[in-house]
Amino acid sequence: MKPFDAITLFSALLFSPLLFGIINRIKAMFAGRNGSPLLQTYFDIFKLFRKNMIYGNSTTLVFQLAPAGILAALIVALLLIPWGPIEAPISFSGDFILLAYLLGLSRFLTVIAALDTGSSFEGMGASREVTFAALGEPTFMLGALLLAIHTGESSLSRIFGSIQLTELHPTGTTITLLVAAWMILLLTENSRIPVDDPNTHLELTMIHEVMVLDTGGPLLGIVTYASAIKIWIFSALISNLVFPHLFEKPAMQTVGVAVGIIFVAVVVGIIESIMGRIRLRNIPKLLVGATALVATGLLMTLAG
Amino acid sequence: MIDTISVLLALTSLFLLGSSRIRISIRMVIAQGFLLGVAFLLHNSQHLNLGTWTIGISSILLKGAILPWLLTFVLHRSKAKLEVEPFIGFGASLFIGILLLGFSSYIAWNLSIASTARSIPPALFSVALFLILSGMFLIITRKKAITQTIGYLVLENGVFATGLGIGHEFPFIVEMGVMLDIFVGVFLMGIMIFRIDKAFDHTDTHLFNELLDKIDDSHDDVVDMENA
Repeated sequence: MKPFDAITLFSALLFSPLLFGIINRIKAMFAGRNGSPLLQTYFDIFKLFRKNMIYGNSTTLVFQLAPAGILAALIVALLLIPWGPIEAPISFSGDFILLAYLLGLSRFLTVIAALDTGSSFEGMGASREVTFAALGEPTFMLGALLLAIHTGESSLSRIFGSIQLTELHPTGTTITLLVAAWMILLLTENSRIPVDDPNTHLELTMIHEVMVLDTGGPLLGIVTYASAIKIWIFSALISNLVFPHLFEKPAMQTVGVAVGIIFVAVVVGIIESIMGRIRLRNIPKLLVGATALVATGLLMTLAG
Repeated sequence: MIDTISVLLALTSLFLLGSSRIRISIRMVIAQGFLLGVAFLLHNSQHLNLGTWTIGISSILLKGAILPWLLTFVLHRSKAKLEVEPFIGFGASLFIGILLLGFSSYIAWNLSIASTARSIPPALFSVALFLILSGMFLIITRKKAITQTIGYLVLENGVFATGLGIGHEFPFIVEMGVMLDIFVGVFLMGIMIFRIDKAFDHTDTHLFNELLDKIDDSHDDVVDMENA
């Protein structure tokens, strides 16, 4: 492990809960409130870790172990994400497939933990999560394929390292399409507003929140932290697409990635402030639309 | 620049396939007309003369302003609901749209390899084919007469874009004639939709056989069909 790897990894682990704070602050600004402190997610996690473990009567070992597995899968996924000019700690040919599967693994563990409670309510959430994930997966994989074809590289670090944002076409166009599509993916995967509302407990639309209803105490703390890392991963992917390539010097590029991640969080906050949640039956349309964006970009890359 | 416009054209068409509001569909057609006019002027930017300027500007005016205005007018005057009613759902339409885009890209790619003259921008050509195919798809799969007219406009945009991609310089008189055709076509369709709406109280094309039932005494069938 090189020293920079440790710095990027630990800053990701340390600062990821901050993204929720930023999003909530932006939403509060739009609503004219003061809003919760920026560090609220940290307080929540510490509070939850001081509590006792409580399990439902119907739960088994699966339920108790799943949060640890979710966190582990996401931290390994974090190791695959490069930070601008700094290569990812783990980087090999085709690592974006591993990334997709690690995200899938964390989702699978969330789902079986939800099913393990035996609650039909949580089963409903699990069903929705899996449906939307299946529709979102092509967006990620086609996007990675687009980047791989476009840059001619096959590992995430090299792909992101060799994007050139100097020309409008085809690079600028395809990257714009990809950013838009992955932004929709981010909102879906992290259960943000046009798809799911993280603040409500309304059964009609709950997806992620319903799956962790029976999770409490330190386990909920782990799940909260894991979801913070997940949104960090997606923000970092989008940020790596654009922000490092706007600067010349590697030092500026490194700062650019951090600025980009915060920028993505601000954009999520703005989207949540100005948009309402769309109807559940329209969500597949949104996700197919995101796939359409990536597919258009892919075809343009192939044709041009 | 033309490639970026082609991507935008493809996106507007995909949006048309996925949108459930007629008003948004009309806005997409406006965007397409505008983009095509700009693409035409850009494509002929080497030899801009009175003819190319006239075609470009009149294309923007006709497809971006007059025809959409006509459609909006018919939409407001008829009692039709403002929602698109498809035979094939929006998600499936979008998916088929992606397949059509892939198909047209494949054809355009093969054609531009085969053709000796490399003057065809492959992106524009594939999008032109895609516009034609998706226009036909819209005509086939949408129930209302007004959405079928929108499909016809998209198809025509595709024809225009194909001409843009293939012919280096269109004869002025042909282009203007085609535009007059479209104008008359959409104008007639507008009048037709208006009359159909008066006669039937709706513009669902698949319920037009109601007229047969009205001659019969089996009036109940009509009610059933309206409920269906």
